[in-house]
Amino acid sequence: MSDLPRAVAPGLGKPTADETWLGGAHPATRGAAGRLSPARHARNVALIAQLTFLEAYRRWVLWAVALLGSAFVALFAIGFFFIHREVTQQSRVGEVVEVSDFILLAGLYAAYFLVVVLALLTSIDTISGEIASGRIHTVVTKPVGRGDIVAGKWLGFAAMLTVFAAVLCGSIIGVVWLIADYLPPSPVQGVALIILAGLVVLSLSILGGTRLTTLTNGIAVFMLYGLAFIGGWIEQFGAFLQNQTAVNIGIVISLLMPAEAMWKRAAYEMQPASMRLLVIHPMAAVTSPSNVMVAYTVLYVAVAVAAAVVLFRRRDL
Amino acid sequence: MAAGAVEARELRKVFGDTVAVDRLSLSVARGEVFGFLGPNGAGKTTTVNLLLDLVRPTSGEALILGRPPGDPDTKARVGFLPEHFRFPSWLTATGFLHMHSRLMGLPAAKRRALVPEVLERVGLADRGSTKLGAFSKGMTQRIGLAQAILGEPELVFLDEPTSALDPLGRREVRDIIRELRDKGVTVFLNSHLLSEVEVTCDRVAIVKDGAVVRTGTLDELTGAAVELDVTADGLTPELVAGLERWGATSRQSERRITVILHGRDDVPAVADWLVRGGASLHALEPRRASLEEMFVHIVGDQL
Repeated sequence: MSDLPRAVAPGLGKPTADETWLGGAHPATRGAAGRLSPARHARNVALIAQLTFLEAYRRWVLWAVALLGSAFVALFAIGFFFIHREVTQQSRVGEVVEVSDFILLAGLYAAYFLVVVLALLTSIDTISGEIASGRIHTVVTKPVGRGDIVAGKWLGFAAMLTVFAAVLCGSIIGVVWLIADYLPPSPVQGVALIILAGLVVLSLSILGGTRLTTLTNGIAVFMLYGLAFIGGWIEQFGAFLQNQTAVNIGIVISLLMPAEAMWKRAAYEMQPASMRLLVIHPMAAVTSPSNVMVAYTVLYVAVAVAAAVVLFRRRDL
Repeated sequence: MAAGAVEARELRKVFGDTVAVDRLSLSVARGEVFGFLGPNGAGKTTTVNLLLDLVRPTSGEALILGRPPGDPDTKARVGFLPEHFRFPSWLTATGFLHMHSRLMGLPAAKRRALVPEVLERVGLADRGSTKLGAFSKGMTQRIGLAQAILGEPELVFLDEPTSALDPLGRREVRDIIRELRDKGVTVFLNSHLLSEVEVTCDRVAIVKDGAVVRTGTLDELTGAAVELDVTADGLTPELVAGLERWGATSRQSERRITVILHGRDDVPAVADWLVRGGASLHALEPRRASLEEMFVHIVGDQL
């Protein structure tokens, strides 16, 4: 009974620096020898995105949230109808506009919350769950880059979120327009900012999923969102009471988690100028996040996705 | 370019405090069915994961079809069936295979031709439109095998492919492995089912505690030793005692004894002795000394 020699099998010869043992170097970088073409990467990302989109479409969570959203729109329509009738009978035109806008923004705030909930609930287990169940192993061993998988999943969920947010917000804006003949200023920018806020949550969820278990990830992202929510209030109060410390705390928090800041900007965009200094409520924007903040948020999303790609590439499965 | 299908040199993987793979080296030639045997926890699955770039080594190197693990071109030529195979349960069998063939980068026309063919080969031709969630364990393993052989790979890694199958299913997998070998596909088979490995593999490596302790063909591993089952009437104690000169005997029953011979060449002499001694010979069955005994011996020894 003999062993084969422990070293290289006979016939292979001594490996030289240009031969395929990489000169004895550590294969520490994944994919060191070959690369997929950019076109192939793009195709892979599109494929994974499509699969993710179709998968999300089949999951009950999407339909549960859609149902919730539909119920909300219906109730909103009914409620607004009666309020509007009440107000038009009793008040002057300017007040009607203010009330309409106020209620519209209240409705959109609920919509923004639903978008965040959807972003979280659908994507939270997309990577961590597939790792835990063993589903991902037969995908990762195909000629699809790990980065393609992360980017594709992100894209698929982003598409789903965009459609959902556009339909939901569009419905609420539509209801107000139908009943009160009122369209807010900059509705497209407003909805786009709400979608961006949802993308922030989505990106954090995907990033967390590359390292954390589903449960830990969900709690972490949810807590970050809660922090952002509180931070938003702190900043509002700070601005109203002219307390710079509070404002600064709020700013730091929104740098950590910019979703709420994006909502604030959306609300600001969709309020007529007359209303902007009115009262303190989630829809008020005493201070509005700047264009720099919006640009920062876009960068934040890009960095989160890039970080997710890097972390997933290094992860032992 | 390296000639082997799989080459591993001093692969080492440490998870925290645990050494899962400890300077493991092996070599698999193209076109052979290579068995990877070992007790649970020996590092078989981790080794396969290292070769497939699911896990990065702490140190050491490997080549799969001449390229490092994770090379995208190689991935298109390699198939893999993990031990705990899972899939999206709402997809149909056909839908699932289409998805995986797209991931493989196969063009549409090829997919349309290949998917039904592969379903046929694994015996799921009539289950194409069944949702995977409704599949039994055995069917799951078959569809897993299907996605592994989908892109007509040159090298296939099978991690415990028959664990959930009944004897009929196991035979079918054996047949598929044989078909693959006939086509020149290299098969790397991870198994703790010695009987399966015995029947299917050309060469075997025995792994313990993260390292290969023995490699070779089955004949090399079990030696030329042969177990001879004798079924005869008139096996007197003297006759049986006389058999001892060829090797150890053990009595199974009134009419059956087993003799461990050094080689097949001794068989005619044994038959001659029995017949001349007045026994009525009903059956003579020479068998290779079992892999199980040798395995237990090797693995047990190293404890």
